[in-house]
Amino acid sequence: MRKLSITPSTNHIVPLIKKEVILSMLERETRIDGRKPNEYRPISIELGYAKKADGSASVRIGDTAVLAGVKVEDREPFPDVPDQGNLIVSLELPPIAHESFEAGPPDENAIELSRVVDRSIRDPKALDLSKLVIVPNKKVWNVWVDIYVIDYGGNILDTSTVAAIAALYHTKLPRVEIEGDTIKILKETKEARLPMRFPVFSVSVGKIGRHLILDPSTEEEGLVDCKISFSYTPDLNIVGIQKMGNGGFTMAEIDAAEKVARSAVPNLFKEFKTKVLDSLGVEGIDVGKV
Amino acid sequence: MQKPRLISDDGKRTDGRRPDELRQMKMEVGVLKNADGSALVEMGNTKVISAVFGPKEMHPKHLALPDRVAIRARYHMTPFSTDERKSPAPTRREVEISKILRETLESSVILEMFPRAEIDVFTEVIQADAGTRLASLIASSLALADAGIPIKDLIAGVAVGKADGVLVLDLNEQEDMWGEADMPVAMMPSMGQVVLLQLNGTMSSDEFRKGLEMATKGIEVIYNLEKETLKKKFAEYSEE
Repeated sequence: MRKLSITPSTNHIVPLIKKEVILSMLERETRIDGRKPNEYRPISIELGYAKKADGSASVRIGDTAVLAGVKVEDREPFPDVPDQGNLIVSLELPPIAHESFEAGPPDENAIELSRVVDRSIRDPKALDLSKLVIVPNKKVWNVWVDIYVIDYGGNILDTSTVAAIAALYHTKLPRVEIEGDTIKILKETKEARLPMRFPVFSVSVGKIGRHLILDPSTEEEGLVDCKISFSYTPDLNIVGIQKMGNGGFTMAEIDAAEKVARSAVPNLFKEFKTKVLDSLGVEGIDVGKV
Repeated sequence: MQKPRLISDDGKRTDGRRPDELRQMKMEVGVLKNADGSALVEMGNTKVISAVFGPKEMHPKHLALPDRVAIRARYHMTPFSTDERKSPAPTRREVEISKILRETLESSVILEMFPRAEIDVFTEVIQADAGTRLASLIASSLALADAGIPIKDLIAGVAVGKADGVLVLDLNEQEDMWGEADMPVAMMPSMGQVVLLQLNGTMSSDEFRKGLEMATKGIEVIYNLEKETLKKKFAEYSEE
């Protein structure tokens, strides 16, 4: 882990001619891939992509592909929270995803992204950690969420959040048999789902000059002054914000960005409901209520 | 530990403040001898020191940027800054905050003035009691100004949170730990630019917008205090 944060030199370089094209198209309210400024790319979700994981999901948003795998482990609880399970979220940007990604321990970008995903799940208690107790004070579940970006096409954060949440919904816990003081974990028999209360969606908006663009692609991310991501519950409460990059937003731009981000939630939710909630038989969750 | 009541019946907070009241603040520049610029900032019981070195030759050289200065930033908590001793090794939280501080400072420094050079901004948290990233940002911005580095504007910031359902300005440690939301906001006030914005916890769309208004008012007060602090130092020089 680097001890300092240093201005990077290898921000994705966009050729000048392409930059001019992107800017002049934005003046006409269109983008280089044909989208409107407030248009999200298509999303697809596939559950069970990694069979050895306790739960997994492969998610694509445009050209970005992210794989999330969940592994659960029975462990002694931490002494300060004896009545809670643990959630550990990690994110890797492996070199297979883009030529600018280096092998090695997670850099500051990967650490920041994993912490933003973690907060979006943890703070609104989307995963109910208090229900991950096997025997109070003795055994709880540790839930490891490992997010792998396998193809980088812009907007890693939104894709990673969907992948993490989908994989958590897909996860089944091993069966537990308790007889007196002995706790038996039957790893081969998986039955109960994780105590997920609702999904969370992250929506990112980039700023290029005076233009706000929803769900930026790789080329657009090479040009953005800064980005802002909002996380939402299905009832459209904001459960996380992260502004990234070295530019600034006016208050009016933040207001507009939040409205654009919010407008993208129903469509993300629709795909999530069909591919995850309905296919797993989870009921009672809809946009506008928890 | 049981969650304490954060707002009492008379609407006061655990430290006696009104919801829209800032903590006592103290700012001082030029507190270190070796650094080119430095500042000490206290917000309530939070205390940080920032130091700026440079602009100077980039090291290592291959990281130099041909068109602008590179900023090297570190946010670090001293092991004795927290209730339980904190290991001095950088945590993931410190890595994230270092990155955020660097990006935020990059928005204020006129980077193109010193191509191929570096500017170092280091912050040590002496006492952590909520709001350390914003205190660090204020101290770093003051230290950059103290070092005479050209900036577009000073950066001022404050957190808005939610405690027992009430929006509160400039969280204290109890509100940070037990409150429902924590939203740090930093701006370059004269330019009307929001340069840092994060939220953890839950806010409705309405609370979010009211929170931003509340932060803007707090930021104005802090910004004026920053300017006073710098003016005071240079007024002392002119008297000598």
